[in-house]
Amino acid sequence: MTRLSIETPTSAEVVLRGLYRDIERRISASSPGLCPIDMSLSFLRLCHAQTCGKCVPCRIGLGQLADLIETVMNRTATLETIDRIERTARVIADSADCAIGYEAAAMVLRGVRGFRDDYEEHILRGRCITGLTHPVPCVTVCPAHVDVPGYIALIREKRYDDAIRLIRKDNPFPGVCGYVCEHPCEIHCRRRMVDDAVNICGLKRFAIDHSKPMACPPNQESTGRTVAVIGGGPGGLTAAFYLAQMGHSVTVFEQRPQLGGMLRYGIPDYRLPPEVLNRDIDYVLTAGIDVHTGVSVGKDIDIREIQSEFDAVYIAIGAHSDKKLGIAGEDAKNVVSAVSMLRAIGENRIPDFTGKRICVIGGGNVSMDATRTAKRLGASSVICLYRRRIEDMTALPEEINAAMAEGCEIQPLQAPDHIEKDAEGKVAALWTRPQIIGKYGSDGRPRPKDADCEPVRIPCDYVIVAIGQAIVTKPFESIGITTCRGAIKAENSSAVPGLDNIFAGGDAVSGPATVIRAVAAGKVAAANIDAFFGFNHKISSSIEIPPAHFTSMPPCGRVNLKFHTTPDCVGDFTLAVDGMTPEEAHQESSRCLRCDHFGFGSFKGGRETEW
Amino acid sequence: MVTLTIDNKRVTVPEGTTIMEAARSAHIQIPHLCYLKGYNNIAACRVCCVEVENENAMVTACNSPVYENMVVHTNSPRARQTRRINVELILSQHDCKCATCVRSGNCQLQRIANDLNIINVPYPEQLPVGLRGAWTSTYPLFRDYQKCIKCMRCIQICDKMQSVHIWDIDGTGSRTTVDVSHNRVIKDSDCTLCGQCITHCPTAGLRERDDTDKVYDALANPDLIPIVQIAPAVRTAWCESFGLDPKAAPMGKMAAALRRMGFAHVYDTCFGADLTIMEEANEFLKRFTSGELKHFPMFTSCCPGWVRFLKGQFPELTGQLSTSKSPQQMFGAIAKTWLAQKLGVPAEKLFLVSIMPCLAKKAECDLPTMQTEERGKDVDVVLTTREFTRMLRADRIDPVHLDAEPLDNPMGVHTGAGTIFGATGGVMEAALRTAYWKLTGQDPDPAIFSAIRTGPALREAVYNMGGATVRCAVVSGLANARALIHDLKTGRAHYDFVEVMACPGGCSGGGGQPISIDDEERAGIRGSGLHQLDAQMKLRCSHRNPQIQALYEEYLGEPMSEKAEDLLHTDHFAWNVTECY
Repeated sequence: MTRLSIETPTSAEVVLRGLYRDIERRISASSPGLCPIDMSLSFLRLCHAQTCGKCVPCRIGLGQLADLIETVMNRTATLETIDRIERTARVIADSADCAIGYEAAAMVLRGVRGFRDDYEEHILRGRCITGLTHPVPCVTVCPAHVDVPGYIALIREKRYDDAIRLIRKDNPFPGVCGYVCEHPCEIHCRRRMVDDAVNICGLKRFAIDHSKPMACPPNQESTGRTVAVIGGGPGGLTAAFYLAQMGHSVTVFEQRPQLGGMLRYGIPDYRLPPEVLNRDIDYVLTAGIDVHTGVSVGKDIDIREIQSEFDAVYIAIGAHSDKKLGIAGEDAKNVVSAVSMLRAIGENRIPDFTGKRICVIGGGNVSMDATRTAKRLGASSVICLYRRRIEDMTALPEEINAAMAEGCEIQPLQAPDHIEKDAEGKVAALWTRPQIIGKYGSDGRPRPKDADCEPVRIPCDYVIVAIGQAIVTKPFESIGITTCRGAIKAENSSAVPGLDNIFAGGDAVSGPATVIRAVAAGKVAAANIDAFFGFNHKISSSIEIPPAHFTSMPPCGRVNLKFHTTPDCVGDFTLAVDGMTPEEAHQESSRCLRCDHFGFGSFKGGRETEW
Repeated sequence: MVTLTIDNKRVTVPEGTTIMEAARSAHIQIPHLCYLKGYNNIAACRVCCVEVENENAMVTACNSPVYENMVVHTNSPRARQTRRINVELILSQHDCKCATCVRSGNCQLQRIANDLNIINVPYPEQLPVGLRGAWTSTYPLFRDYQKCIKCMRCIQICDKMQSVHIWDIDGTGSRTTVDVSHNRVIKDSDCTLCGQCITHCPTAGLRERDDTDKVYDALANPDLIPIVQIAPAVRTAWCESFGLDPKAAPMGKMAAALRRMGFAHVYDTCFGADLTIMEEANEFLKRFTSGELKHFPMFTSCCPGWVRFLKGQFPELTGQLSTSKSPQQMFGAIAKTWLAQKLGVPAEKLFLVSIMPCLAKKAECDLPTMQTEERGKDVDVVLTTREFTRMLRADRIDPVHLDAEPLDNPMGVHTGAGTIFGATGGVMEAALRTAYWKLTGQDPDPAIFSAIRTGPALREAVYNMGGATVRCAVVSGLANARALIHDLKTGRAHYDFVEVMACPGGCSGGGGQPISIDDEERAGIRGSGLHQLDAQMKLRCSHRNPQIQALYEEYLGEPMSEKAEDLLHTDHFAWNVTECY
């Protein structure tokens, strides 16, 4: 008899581990709109299967809870059943011996409280409040509802121009989005149930890189109505484009010398080459839009004048101002905001960081842009400091990895304390307070707090602050625009409450967000301004979508784009990510499961050909 | 053209053809349940799965187009297994008590299970429990959650054919079912009760409220005199349930059957139709000459599904409906007054049953405007053609061995004009025949109106009659009607007189008609049967009906007289679609 032996997993354990991974992917690929009670009931059954069986609340209680919820689903329950569920769950949460039990009960409690109206609807009317509204997950999740399976099918057939035309029905910025979209469409991609999400964003980039420049379809008959769009960023130009296509006469006011907004003045060239942006803007301008650059509302022209001169106004001014740290020494020379640094570069006023030591403060994408740009500007060292952990950073993981690969240092759990000045009032060092990650806050994220350590001094020449952007609303307040937490108040329809012909959207309303959300807001504004004028113009596409192949490709790895990141990137602002090869694009487009044709799509129609 | 091989047979079909239709062209029938050509090819039941060489998964025949050199096996071991297990799974969630089902013998699921020799379902029964399986018992349309196989055909028919969107998917996950859209209950919906969801249901997931018991009770009540009227469209359809040719099943056989069941008198709704024409043609001429129809036409009002549709979807146009009651209700009003007098019985002793090709007629006869305090309901009970044939079967009445008998007088006499009410365009044509006479003093040759008999769903014609130019349109199917109204409202179309029938093909294709187990659309055949009957008749204009003439002479005076207005016209504003049940 041996005293110890090396434990090797049984084949059942190996298979089960695989199943755990499968189910994790599967849950994340759930379609939006599922019944929350049905889903949480299924989760509860799973939790019950995890029970070791020792304790009463978990062994018996979770099963009884599941049965009670089952009666709700089957419409054999009464309103008292909800109380019974809540009381039982509370006792299990209080008295289970380990997390298997109390966490499962806590999930039920969150549900009973979080979607109680759904429970009641099931009990009283046997119906579910939610429901699948759109059958294709990627299209549903895309804020602009771009026809993803449609353009992927076209890419598979090598019809790149058609793919781009199809995208432009919903999003006039396919080039920009092919490069810098955060691709929420991939989160619920059903292909994740098989292996991994389709690289939708990479395919879009392939399509734009392989398509010819084109002009937009002719505008609809002129309506004689005029719209002013304030802000020439992606949101403003999207609204301007569709409004022009609907036959309205559109004038764009842009305060900077060139159009593009944050795309031009915020995103570095190595992520979004100016040619790509210019191509999208050139296309938008083929719709015949009157553009006034270098005109700042509030300085060069009064908003009241615009309001009275135009039939409708869309305010899409973005979030271009910086936020302050509010620490001592922030007034030191060489403390700059990331937005103003990136804007300067966009305007060709390029700072020289050769040999300088740079500290960047913040954990979002703008912070990564500043970090990687500083490196390219010749800094001898770049340290990005963040209050929380790396995994808590809001920047895309690939951006963080690229920054590190380029030789920038990420220092997590460092809260800025004060900035030390030298005799000339310039930055000498950044002092930080080391943090320890702590309990979860109400936002569901763990909060940092001061660690039991001494402050740290990081000698540096520049401090770049990238802790968020602010919106300059002052010039608009004279016509009655109000704000909420620094952003312009507007409805989901983009109408500004109380102001008849004023609409607003994008970053200026939502706070700093993404290109695709700005595009979506522009689309919503265009439709509602058109309706405000009493029209119902349609934006449509007649591109025929190739039929789906009968059977899908067996499990196959996702093609990821290759980052060529090296510490030798100083002075190099060329593109840092390679696009797909034609071979890769064909394989990747073949991975699409065509949810427009299979599943719910064949029933409820996988596409809207107009909006 | 694409050439492929199906079950070792070379088949050449046009590009884009589905495997299902390609196989059908080669006389290979691929079993299916949810597929309904033109409406539903959503590949939900997975019964039509076939094996295609070099494809990983089974392929659904209903929605997969063929390609060159495709090799299809419809009966490979894998195809057989797939089909069988999927049917067994459907059966496990279907109430399989066929013995007590109205669709037994006419059910696509039953047929497929029988054909596959499934004598044992290996899966335990899973039927909706609790209130999830409950439906109202009073509404004329009945959904049976236990019988529904979620083929979604009703959703598609209501969306695409009728554009009314009553049905939708309800819930998600395993409890997904079909229910009234937007979490409404059917009573609160604007359902038109056209019944097309019923006639396109492969099982008894949808059916009419069965009213045969009410009729049996009346037949058993010695204090009542049960009388019956038969709608025009029933005569060329009732025989289908017995596999008979319409020529072998004339009206006289129905009269014989009904008398054998116990009805005292058998009448013809065509009489009511002739009467409708007298009123409606005169009403039209009055509204036409007064200039009242300058912007919007007068709409026919005989189809209660259409009336419900217009009131529900375009209430602002309710006033354009003809105020003339439908033939069934005119018949009822005259039966409970003039006929009662002639028979020498009090109105309340007459129990009038209608046999109708229609579901909405069940609601029509319940309307507050179709009954009075003194004489009660003008029509007591409406039976669909299907309920009527079920009653025949119950009494073991075999139409083959019945001798035809004449209908009763005076309300059994009718003209060809009344007969064609059952076909799309028939009401318009019948009205025009009489309008022509009114305007020219001569009876027309009915052939001049043939343009509105057959053709596309919307048919237009302009007639010059005695110096007047009448712009007419005929449309059937509610999606087509909606398109027509859209054209009227946007000024793209102008008509004076428009006939609308809720069901495609008119009453011949009505929601109360026999259901084809092979999904055959039989409205056209039944309608042309009605036109053949019309052609054989001596009297082809409503105003030539001697009994109609007698009715006006003896009782009503003339069309649109005060008495006629009281008995034969109605106020469409006096009720709401959602407040009927």
